[in-house]
Amino acid sequence: MTQYEAVIGIECHVELKTKSKMFCACPNRFGGEPNAHVCPVCLALPGALPVANEEAILQVIRAGLAFGAEIPVFSKFDRKNYFYPDMPKDYQISQYDMPLAQGGVVRYWLEDGTTKQCRLTRIHLEEDTGKSTHAGSGDGRIAHSSYSLVDFNRAGVPLMECVSEPDIRSAEEAVGFLEALKRTFVQIGVSDVKMEEGSLRCDANVSIRPVGSKDLGTKAEIKNMNSFRSVYRAIESEIARQIAVVAAGGRVVQETRGWDELAGTTHSMRSKEEAHDYRYFPDPDLVPIEVDRTAVERLRSLMAELPIARFERYRGTYGFGVAQATQLVDTPQLAEYFDSCVSAGAGGQQAVNFVLGDLSRLANETQTPVWESSVAPRDLAELIGLVESKTINSKIAKDLLLRMWNGGGSPKALVEHEGLAQTSDPGAVERFVDEVLAAHPKVIADYKAGKTNVMGFLVGQVMKQSRGKANPALAGELLAQKLG
Amino acid sequence: MELSAVEIARRVNAGENSAREVTDAVLAQIDVVDDRLGAYLTRLHDLARVSAGRVDARIRAGEHLPLAGVPVAVKDNMCLAGTRTTCGSKMLEGWVAPYTATAVARLLDAGAVPVGKANMDEFAMGSSCENSALGQTRNPYDLERVPGGSSGGSAAAVAAYEAAIGMGSDTGGSIREPAAFCNLVGFKPTYGRVSRYGLIAFASSLDQIGPLARSVEDAALAYDVMAGKDPMDSTSVDRPVEPAATALRSDLRGVRVGIVKEFGTQGLGPEIDSLYRRAYLDLEKLGATLVDVELPTADYGLATYYLIAPAECSSNLARFDGVRYGLRVDGEDVGRMYERTRAEGFGPEVKRRILIGTYALSSGYYDAYYVKAQKARTMFGADFKRAFERCDLIASPAASSPAFAFHAKSDPYSMYMMDYYTIPMSLAGLPALSVPCGYVLPEGSSRPMPMGLQLAAPLFGEAQLLAAANAYECATQHARQQRPEGAL
Repeated sequence: MTQYEAVIGIECHVELKTKSKMFCACPNRFGGEPNAHVCPVCLALPGALPVANEEAILQVIRAGLAFGAEIPVFSKFDRKNYFYPDMPKDYQISQYDMPLAQGGVVRYWLEDGTTKQCRLTRIHLEEDTGKSTHAGSGDGRIAHSSYSLVDFNRAGVPLMECVSEPDIRSAEEAVGFLEALKRTFVQIGVSDVKMEEGSLRCDANVSIRPVGSKDLGTKAEIKNMNSFRSVYRAIESEIARQIAVVAAGGRVVQETRGWDELAGTTHSMRSKEEAHDYRYFPDPDLVPIEVDRTAVERLRSLMAELPIARFERYRGTYGFGVAQATQLVDTPQLAEYFDSCVSAGAGGQQAVNFVLGDLSRLANETQTPVWESSVAPRDLAELIGLVESKTINSKIAKDLLLRMWNGGGSPKALVEHEGLAQTSDPGAVERFVDEVLAAHPKVIADYKAGKTNVMGFLVGQVMKQSRGKANPALAGELLAQKLG
Repeated sequence: MELSAVEIARRVNAGENSAREVTDAVLAQIDVVDDRLGAYLTRLHDLARVSAGRVDARIRAGEHLPLAGVPVAVKDNMCLAGTRTTCGSKMLEGWVAPYTATAVARLLDAGAVPVGKANMDEFAMGSSCENSALGQTRNPYDLERVPGGSSGGSAAAVAAYEAAIGMGSDTGGSIREPAAFCNLVGFKPTYGRVSRYGLIAFASSLDQIGPLARSVEDAALAYDVMAGKDPMDSTSVDRPVEPAATALRSDLRGVRVGIVKEFGTQGLGPEIDSLYRRAYLDLEKLGATLVDVELPTADYGLATYYLIAPAECSSNLARFDGVRYGLRVDGEDVGRMYERTRAEGFGPEVKRRILIGTYALSSGYYDAYYVKAQKARTMFGADFKRAFERCDLIASPAASSPAFAFHAKSDPYSMYMMDYYTIPMSLAGLPALSVPCGYVLPEGSSRPMPMGLQLAAPLFGEAQLLAAANAYECATQHARQQRPEGAL
């Protein structure tokens, strides 16, 4: 029986996080009363003209640089012509043959820690459409609706389209690729990438071919996937469908298919023959973009460490597990916080335990991000140092951390001011041991009768007696001697 | 109100007349002549009086305004907040603009008073105003003839003293041709000199706003105010504007005027031919040196233009879909609503150009038509550049005939031919104007009809162009030899 492999390319649209819309001064803000963020330009009133948003152009260039794309010297905007009620001009300003970024490679990792890569074809800049609401049909669908309402708040929001080469081989890889895009765009600050708000939308081009073949099969374009999970399910379902078609002696036809979340299958939306002729041509209202080389080099040099590099560093330098490394990398501020702790002298493993453990728990409880809390990375490193040098024990450390979280300050100062330093002076600890032994004759008898597991209790009593300051290891040793 | 714009501004600034007095006189003139002439689609009596009042208040407060009290006719493809802005189309018959075009705003800020929205060929497509869906405009020099187009309403209004300045837009000759037909100076600046923000687009890469006036001096005054970079129009040019009004000349000494070999006038008939030969000689008499220049691409102008302009218009006019504003004719679904709205809203010439443009941009035809036309367009620029190595200005007819009778050009191609001399300059983006150069007697008519001399300059040569036109105008005084008797 023939074995098939999937060949997948992804196209995704990402809403950029700019102050204003792509071609006018309206705020680029999610939500709001319908048609509150509109003006003559984004409503396409007669006579209004677009002016390109420089911030958006720079963001796309940065996105390209993050993946090592080429930034051509010249770029331009084109009109993509088609009629749609929520597209005010009945053409979309997009980029056809001269995108802002060409090529590049997205490196990503899978859950088992293997790293993969997928080439990018291009990244270009365009504008979003408005949103239609269909009324009078009961179910919000257009089919039996009596009228539609259009909200243009989103019309003209800058939209970055990333197109990949067909380098992806499975649904899992597709999700890994998308996660890499997402964490990279979030980290470089070009987008919030919230699928639930529609700021990331993606289509997948899926085909199959016999394993070992170099040819490309006929592809189907899958649309309407609203989460990474639906991307995964849709691609799995489509691969299975295509294999079944071929296995039954049929041929896959080139078409656009919609993912149905409830049914868990894709269904045909339109065939290649029904494809639009968009009549692209250069937008005469906008001047060509000449990209300043020095500006590109400056942006390149300002590019901070990217998620994949960080992931590999955490894995390689500190030996973190995939989950631990991913968790840090996925919250860039947390990763930066962690890196600052390490720079301040903390050991990697100790720091990550605090950052992803106690600190993250406190952050959850208080709804305050770790990096905005009063625990400065330098203070955490100091706390870790106190534990490492056995100046305090881990219980005191936890208490201290809570106090640092609530009030801040140097743990060293707190330890000194309140005399919390762990006592490793044998004379002092011996005093506490003697007090405990005197107070628990019955327990001593139990111990001597062979119930050695009461040792834990006795050490606990010593700690209590010393208000946590006694070195527990020393206390254990002394107890054992005395009971010997 | 036959005063020039320059004189009105002088008097109002000096307190000799109030803007209100001037405005009232012009509004009275409109009431007298415009029922016959049809220059305006909307008369702005109330707004004009309010604006005049504001100008007077500013003058009293000590301001000096370059266009104080100057009555202006605004072509109806330019937005003026609160006024109907129709583009001469049923599509926008009831549409009230909520904002003001930059060029209009600049004139108003400088003290101009808007007295009416002027008729035009629908969406500026035409050369006679006959393509307006909303009214007929007549030529003030002969009411049986067209005023030219597409800025025919503005031209007729200025010629019949219903305004001192007309705002026009020129895509392939839409300011220059009606100026020639109505005995006016019509000036199209370099593409990008005047903001297009608020000008309802026909062909974005060609459209340019400019003034129509009864003298070069008046045109220069208005141009100086409207020109300059506008942050709302990316294609407006960020380059200092050399004031033209203060640089006008009275001779042409040292100016080399190119006569285009391909623009020979013999084919236009002996009367017109001799009129232009005399015009060129008059330039020479003023001190200019005439030189022969070549424009090998001249005959490809119309073909090039009638691909690029329709291609852009097919996309620019897509927004008139019935969804957000303007006409809506309901249908069973949104597709049929689009079809019915556009079928009823657009006139035949607009539909023709949308079809041509859609075809030219279609997959499989794009390279053969649109791309080739863009290449030809580049050649026009190169040809002119070469020509301007040998001369400072180029002189030619503005139109091949005087104003023609209504319905005389019933096939589209003969109408398109009216722009034969003006289209090359548009394709190259050059500044060009038409200045009155005498009269001819059309066959079977007893009314002498004005003709226009087109002068064109290299890119951004507006000041030199207007200076030379002023010298020619002052020396010849053609416009003063006939009055628009038809209207008066």
